[in-house]
Amino acid sequence: MNKKDYKRLVDRYIKKPNYMHNIKVAFISGGLLGSICEIMYKLLIYLTPLSKVEASSLITFLMILITSFFTSIGIFDKFITKYRSGLIIPTTGFAHSVSSSLVDSKKEGLITGLGSNMFILAGSVVLYSTIAAFFLVIVKVIILCLV
Amino acid sequence: MSIIYSFLFAGIICMIAEIILNFTKLTPGHVTSLFSVMGAVLSFLGIYKFFINKCNMGATVLISNFGNSLYESAFNGYLKSGIFGIFKGMFTNSSFVLSLTIILSFIFACFFKSKD
Repeated sequence: MNKKDYKRLVDRYIKKPNYMHNIKVAFISGGLLGSICEIMYKLLIYLTPLSKVEASSLITFLMILITSFFTSIGIFDKFITKYRSGLIIPTTGFAHSVSSSLVDSKKEGLITGLGSNMFILAGSVVLYSTIAAFFLVIVKVIILCLV
Repeated sequence: MSIIYSFLFAGIICMIAEIILNFTKLTPGHVTSLFSVMGAVLSFLGIYKFFINKCNMGATVLISNFGNSLYESAFNGYLKSGIFGIFKGMFTNSSFVLSLTIILSFIFACFFKSKD
């Protein structure tokens, strides 16, 4: 059997993912997460004497708390496979990547396991957004100096 | 009204991410980095502030707000204390998320073990 036939045979048995369904689920779950946060924010501002900054910090705190708790128990991976990008793109995805790499690398010891594997997934987000922000600020400063 | 706006904004951003994930070979790591860089670019163009005014939590809860807050606080640092203020003030707004994530996930990782 040559390679082409083999590939055809493999393709026949691989399940094709349902793209439209995935996209719909991601839209609805991401939107629901955003609107739930917005509703909580409005309620906190109307019902409690918290300021706007405190209210949004409190909601972010709750989100990260819930995410890292569920990730360390082991439930959050199921949520991610179910709701996909709706949970990867919000702050929950960031907390999940840090927390899951921490829990997975716990066996290898404190320094070589926990410490060095902490930002193994989230490091790219921190690195590239820092670099992008730095160069964009430099561009902005140059524009300000020229004008 | 801002509830509907935040539903639409967060939903559309997640939908774009899902389309990228489905039709290309990029991993979630690529997509989150891409979106945080996009946040910095949108903030540079002055668009992200408009979204935050329209749908406050719907825009702040996304990962693109990370790039936005890095850019904003770096620029504010420049305005406050010159060219070295960029490095001084870069993480002022986003240090909340970073330190909270590190501390909470470390505490939970101490208590729980992975099942595999």
